Amino acid sequence: MTGRMARVLAVIAAVLAPAFGPAAAHAEAGIQARGRVVEETLIDRQTREISSQLRCVVCQGLSLQDSPSQLAQEMRAIVREKLEEGMTPAEVKAYFLDRYGEWVLLAPEPKGFNLLVYVMPVLMLVGGAGFVFFKARSWTKPQDVPETADV
Amino acid sequence: MNWKRSAVGVGISVPILALLAFGMTKNPNVIPSPLPGRPAPEFALPVMDEPDTVRLADLRGNVVVLNFWASWCLECRHEHSDLSMAARLFEPQGVRFYGVLYNDTPTNGRTWIREMGGQYYPSLVDEGSRTAVSYGLYGVPETFIIDQNGTVVHKQIGPITLSRLSALIQPLLDEPPAPAVPVGGDEAAGTGVTDDAMEAVAGDAAEVTS
Amino acid sequence: MTRIIGSSAVIAALAIASYGMIAAVVGVKRREAALVRSARAAAYTCFGLMTVANLAMIYGLVTHDFSIDYVAQVGSRATPVFFTVISLWSALEGSILFWGWVLALYAALAMWITKSSLGSLGAYANAVLLFVSAFFYILLVGPANPFGLVSPVPLDGPGPNPLLQNHILMAVHPPLLYLGYVGMTVPFAFGLGALLSGRLDDTWLRVTRTWTVAAWSFLTLAIVAGMWWSYEVLGWGGYWAWDPVENASFLPWLTATAFMHSAMVQERRGLLRVWNMSLIIATFLLTILGTFLTRSGVISSVHAFGEGPIGTYFLAFMAVTLVFSMVMLLGRSTELRSEGHLDSMASRETVFLGNNLLFTAFTFTVLLGTLFPILAEAARGVKVSVGAPFFNMMTIPLCVALIFLVGVGPMLPWRVANMEELRRKLRIPGGAAVLTLAVALTLGMRDFWGLLAFTAGAFALLGNVQEFVLGTMARRRAGGGSIPRALWGLMNSNPRRYGGYTAHIGLVLMAIGITASSAFRMEREATVRLGEMVELGGYTVRFEELWAEDQPHRFVVGSRFAVLINGRERGEMNPRLNYYRARGSEPITTPSVRTRAHNDLYLTLLAFESDGSSATVTVIVEPLVVWIWIGSLIIAMGAFFSIWPRRRRPSPVRRTRNELQEAGVA
Repeated sequence: MTGRMARVLAVIAAVLAPAFGPAAAHAEAGIQARGRVVEETLIDRQTREISSQLRCVVCQGLSLQDSPSQLAQEMRAIVREKLEEGMTPAEVKAYFLDRYGEWVLLAPEPKGFNLLVYVMPVLMLVGGAGFVFFKARSWTKPQDVPETADV
Repeated sequence: MNWKRSAVGVGISVPILALLAFGMTKNPNVIPSPLPGRPAPEFALPVMDEPDTVRLADLRGNVVVLNFWASWCLECRHEHSDLSMAARLFEPQGVRFYGVLYNDTPTNGRTWIREMGGQYYPSLVDEGSRTAVSYGLYGVPETFIIDQNGTVVHKQIGPITLSRLSALIQPLLDEPPAPAVPVGGDEAAGTGVTDDAMEAVAGDAAEVTS
Repeated sequence: MTRIIGSSAVIAALAIASYGMIAAVVGVKRREAALVRSARAAAYTCFGLMTVANLAMIYGLVTHDFSIDYVAQVGSRATPVFFTVISLWSALEGSILFWGWVLALYAALAMWITKSSLGSLGAYANAVLLFVSAFFYILLVGPANPFGLVSPVPLDGPGPNPLLQNHILMAVHPPLLYLGYVGMTVPFAFGLGALLSGRLDDTWLRVTRTWTVAAWSFLTLAIVAGMWWSYEVLGWGGYWAWDPVENASFLPWLTATAFMHSAMVQERRGLLRVWNMSLIIATFLLTILGTFLTRSGVISSVHAFGEGPIGTYFLAFMAVTLVFSMVMLLGRSTELRSEGHLDSMASRETVFLGNNLLFTAFTFTVLLGTLFPILAEAARGVKVSVGAPFFNMMTIPLCVALIFLVGVGPMLPWRVANMEELRRKLRIPGGAAVLTLAVALTLGMRDFWGLLAFTAGAFALLGNVQEFVLGTMARRRAGGGSIPRALWGLMNSNPRRYGGYTAHIGLVLMAIGITASSAFRMEREATVRLGEMVELGGYTVRFEELWAEDQPHRFVVGSRFAVLINGRERGEMNPRLNYYRARGSEPITTPSVRTRAHNDLYLTLLAFESDGSSATVTVIVEPLVVWIWIGSLIIAMGAFFSIWPRRRRPSPVRRTRNELQEAGVA
């Protein structure tokens, strides 16, 4: 049994390793400079993070990061400029919020009325879990007697 | 059938349907702008085909109409003659009209203006859409009306008409808003208005003091 | 002529469906079998008429009969015949016409298979099917009339939307979606038929099981085909944007998945009878809600078909079906109440309860998120967006929990679990889970939910594979022959069970693909000059060339990138930008994808210098993407295997029919 188990696990590891590999390699990519390779900077990463939380204003539901549209590219460039000027990521987000309103944030700010959209699913899950648990217990309990009597 | 419970069913259905019906009355493509009532974002843009640069800060005391347009925009064609007409009407009273070319090349813009039989007011070139984004633009045409103090009074999404323009501009000319009190840098920082808008206010203050 | 044949067929179908609906109800009330029979004939006739109407439209499209409104709207002499035929569903009116045909097909098949065996239940189900059909025929006669007359007749048309004619998946995704969406009408009709007729036993459930599984499989394939299309076409390297209309197709999938599981609890234990009825009603209503959202302009979306009066029709139809089903469901809920009971909390039944809880929470979250912008606007007058960051945050924990249950379910038997056996069955999947976690941690993965997802995925994958292995071994010991033979014998000994486990394996592969491709997605945006390189995830891409080509309907700017692995050239990729003349300056991108079993390399051309000296590209490396597509095919294979008609064993449907013929109604 253990021999077979080891074999099975080895197969899993072999399947998963290539998927994980590049990620590990990626972490080191910043250090190696081979020829004319364009490297990623902190600003690049911050631009990407901010852009994926903002809505592409000419698209429908896509983030600034994901949209290949021209305006989205220009807005990404603005994000980058603001970061290069020394604004913090939070300030850059505030800049867009200021111009476009809450609509530009892909996840609503968790405050006030918006809290509902975050809280209600959790309440529903917790309440539902309680309901299911008590229901299941009531189904297991009272009929135990006739059941055993039948058997 | 238990009709009392059935009534509960109706009670559950109604709010859901009401919400959807409410949704149908709203156009998902019209997103209200937070700009009206706030200082208009500052800009300095080159005039198409001319060596000049237009700075919003230089236009204090004038009502400014800023119309974002593009040659590829179909609806811009519908509002073009109304805008030119309004410009002709209100220019003598000190209202300044500017077009801002959005996401387009000056060559295309020039051809378009020729096709449309000219444009009464100058158009500005917004390289990289910096000004468009600072005005929270998400499509063309959009038109901003800015009062004598540099405050955004109205943002029009979609084509604008002559009567709408008159209705928005005339009250500003009849009763100009009280000139803005020059604000110190400290106070401005306290308002929470960021960068461009703040620069605009600061620029204003500098002018007054100098 | 074509136009008149088509529109007459639709009008006749409306008249006959209305007749059939009334005949079915009156027939049951007055116990007149002939009337009920004629209502069934109405269902067949509607199918015939809708076939004629659809063929007329296809004929009109192929012969470029621009006097027909719809042809003038989507046809063009320049479009290839294949895309001309599939433009039947590329715009609103045609898609409703096609929907009407699919619905008529399902209704006719359902009536043909069950015939009079179900008595009043079947007659009421027919009435419901004809009622829903009549609604779509009304749309076709009124606000979505595809056969309107165009005068004067134009010489040529604009052709279908370019975005929809650039990929073969557009021939597959919509029909699959309709087969899935519309298929849910059948179990709904029989469920409502049970409520209307008062035949509240499990008959409706057993009769419609095959339909539900088939519709569910089509819906699964449709959703994944849509994901694949957006991956191959839209150029952002993603496949799911939580767009309102994507959500709309996902919502009925969630409730239908819950229903397929909880239906088993009812069949086995007589529990959850009100709940199952609620789930199937919800599933149907969610398909209508999805259609309403796409076609009413309530929510802006990539897929929106445009606004018009049709939204009001859908709202009215939803109001009627929602109120009517709620009234029937709650009114009958006391009579429906469960008879059964549970033996133990440690049993498959309980796992299914957990599954249903999670699916319900999932549905609620997605529904709330999708409708929240309307709610916020109603309450605060402010427009907000609810997009990917919200949905990912809220649903990933639910997904992980569900995957874990996919692994636990097969380990627990019905009724009561034997703890000793459970421990034995836990060993391999549990070990695999721990090992996966250890491997992931060693390789430097720190993303909490990503780690959990992989761990649960390994557990669930092995948990289900183990069932096949153990079963095959047992069969061989009992003289079942070679491994493939024993495996095939095992699967056929209980197609429902092993078809289900196969679907589980497909689902887990999909989940692993989705987790890996999002948690380990690497992305770079870079502007490169000729000869410069971008390195990402073990790949190096070198910008080689920029070219342009003037085509009749568009201007194409293409690029050539060499792909290097470990310094060796391993091929080239050609992402492009297409400037369609009709669409102004905004280009449509054509990404280039290099798919391998372990990862995809994805290039999108964003911008370029007009002298060809430099280009801006997005380089994306996504691990295991291909397993999402493969997983979905395995799911469909498993699901279809479980319902494939078999001669040897009497199917539940036939058994039911015999039982009922003995009971003798109509």
